[in-house]
Amino acid sequence: MRRYQEKDNVQNRAYYNDRFWVAPQIPKESVEDDKVFSEDLESLKSKFEIKEAYIQRGQMVVYIDARDNKAVLTHLRDKLSYNFLSEMSAIDWLAKSNEFEIFYQMLSTSKRKRLRVKCFIKENEAIESVEDIYKSANWAEREMYDMMGVKVNNHPYLKRILMPDDWQGHPLRKTYPLHGDEAAQWYEVDKIFGKDYREIIGPENRDAAYVNERDTKHFARIKHEVKFGEKPSKEPTDLMDYQEEGGVFLIKKLKKDESITLKERR
Amino acid sequence: METPRREYPNRLQPFFENLVFERDDNTMVINFGPQHPSAHGQLRLILELQGEQIVKAVPDIGYLHRGMEKMAENMIYNEFLPTTDRMDYIAAASNNYGFALAVEKLLDIEAPRRAQIIRTMLLEINRIISHLFWLATHALDVGAMSVFLFCFREREFAMDLMEDYCGARLTHSAVRIGGVPLDLPEGWLESLATFINKLPKDIEDYEGLLDENRIWKMRLEDVGVISPEEAQSWGCSGPTLRGSGIPWDIRKEEPYELYDELDFDVPVTDTCDSYGRYKLYMQEMRESVKILKQLIPMYKESDPQLMAHAPQYISAPKEDIMTQNYSLMQHFVLVTQGMRPPVGEVYVATESPKGELGFYINSQGDPYPYRLKLRAPSFWHTSILQKLLVGHYIADVVTIIGNLNIVFGEIDR
Repeated sequence: MRRYQEKDNVQNRAYYNDRFWVAPQIPKESVEDDKVFSEDLESLKSKFEIKEAYIQRGQMVVYIDARDNKAVLTHLRDKLSYNFLSEMSAIDWLAKSNEFEIFYQMLSTSKRKRLRVKCFIKENEAIESVEDIYKSANWAEREMYDMMGVKVNNHPYLKRILMPDDWQGHPLRKTYPLHGDEAAQWYEVDKIFGKDYREIIGPENRDAAYVNERDTKHFARIKHEVKFGEKPSKEPTDLMDYQEEGGVFLIKKLKKDESITLKERR
Repeated sequence: METPRREYPNRLQPFFENLVFERDDNTMVINFGPQHPSAHGQLRLILELQGEQIVKAVPDIGYLHRGMEKMAENMIYNEFLPTTDRMDYIAAASNNYGFALAVEKLLDIEAPRRAQIIRTMLLEINRIISHLFWLATHALDVGAMSVFLFCFREREFAMDLMEDYCGARLTHSAVRIGGVPLDLPEGWLESLATFINKLPKDIEDYEGLLDENRIWKMRLEDVGVISPEEAQSWGCSGPTLRGSGIPWDIRKEEPYELYDELDFDVPVTDTCDSYGRYKLYMQEMRESVKILKQLIPMYKESDPQLMAHAPQYISAPKEDIMTQNYSLMQHFVLVTQGMRPPVGEVYVATESPKGELGFYINSQGDPYPYRLKLRAPSFWHTSILQKLLVGHYIADVVTIIGNLNIVFGEIDR
């Protein structure tokens, strides 16, 4: 019987889990412990709705309403001197709650503090672009759209950035398999030769670890090398002495005894 | 038989002319790359020219995209470490280190002192390798061939040091989560001392060739000016940020590893142009030499432990695995299933030779990270091209790309 695999998350899973094992949590410290962060949080709380805030491993995490994202980031930049948006992207929680979690990783060089602003949006919702606050969001949002399919409103040029423009699907979603979906298998065949050639060429093998033992033309068996394209053999060959017939480029025949090894660098 | 001249482009053999078309408003659109020797990888730039001046630039990336973040979600933590080599392949150990440090933060463990010393050494050697490579290729782009040859000679020495330590020259994987796999081989410190005694003289040689060189100055001065506001807004980091007069070095401001014990300066310049950044790189190499000099006596005083003791997450030393049953069992579980970090998330930034290299890891307690986001400095330095190139002449494009020190392994990931 084929092993059951969940459809909403096709990523690798641990093959064995202890029934009684409970994963420990990284402690969430109170924001009051840190003077700078508590002041920042007070300032944010006076203007915006803060859903949750804590410090984890030295960085403050603030959950806000997704509709406030632009106002919060403007406030952070202008009032609280968080002058860098070092990173932003999304996390796929579609299987759990049909949501994307979007995080903005901020840095203040004057306070030497890092802060993470987070918010949730539903799958069919869009988030407002922060490109006019931090220019660095321009490409980050494009990447988020490309990889996750999160739509960004009012972005100047929302277009795929890493994948080709006509790619189907968003690769970093949990529903997207590691080796690509069916559309990915046919992408290059369709693009280069056209759909008519599908039957002749066949789907692309996208598994980088794929090895066909019977195919000696493309996959040599180590210590059992045969000539190009011949059938596999059980006869062992000594790899160290194996040489191409007629030599390779510049070397007709490699004579190990006559070669010189340098004692030290020249 | 003579091949017939193709009259029409078809799907198999399209006409990829470099000149696309000339438009009515007298601007010309040209393609730069993706296969261009000065594009430092697979960068495609679509440039709109008014005469020789650029009025619009659109960088197009993604030609080297391998989906590392996706791969990370499908690999156990230790399995992913060699993949990080392929990000910034000019300085692989700094990526390894960035990832290892992020996971260590997640697990809340610390590498033993000797491992920290070795790691700091590797990081600084990698910084020198990367900066030498940058200078070599940048000078070659601008037209100084001999600098390229000199730099590669010294880089070879540094690469030999890396090879002597870990056996690899380019993709080192020389750092492990929780420490380093090997102690320094015999005679390595002496070779290192020879190298760092030699390097300052070589740097002087490069500067002698370039500093007052008329062509070099003409092509670099006032080219690629990034104002401090722009540098902040576009998320610049590393030498590109410090070249704009913002003194921010993560090694100094948020010290990790041994950097708080070491005495070094952070060179800053406020010229904001390519020439200032060139001076900065040269100065940074000198600082790296200074750091390495301080590390050699520190190594000699340290205890020989190389990996952190955290049996839940990290395998015991080989000797224990071979002699003790429980260590063997743990090793078996850690290799086959992988470590299971606590539930939570970290963002850890380190100062790679190119800038702020950040790893965001979201762990749900599984052996596989739930989400891993790589913050590679070159990605952000490439995005600024669309702003930076406008107004420059076509000949400056190569200078600016070379000067920003971008590596496509980490842009496309």
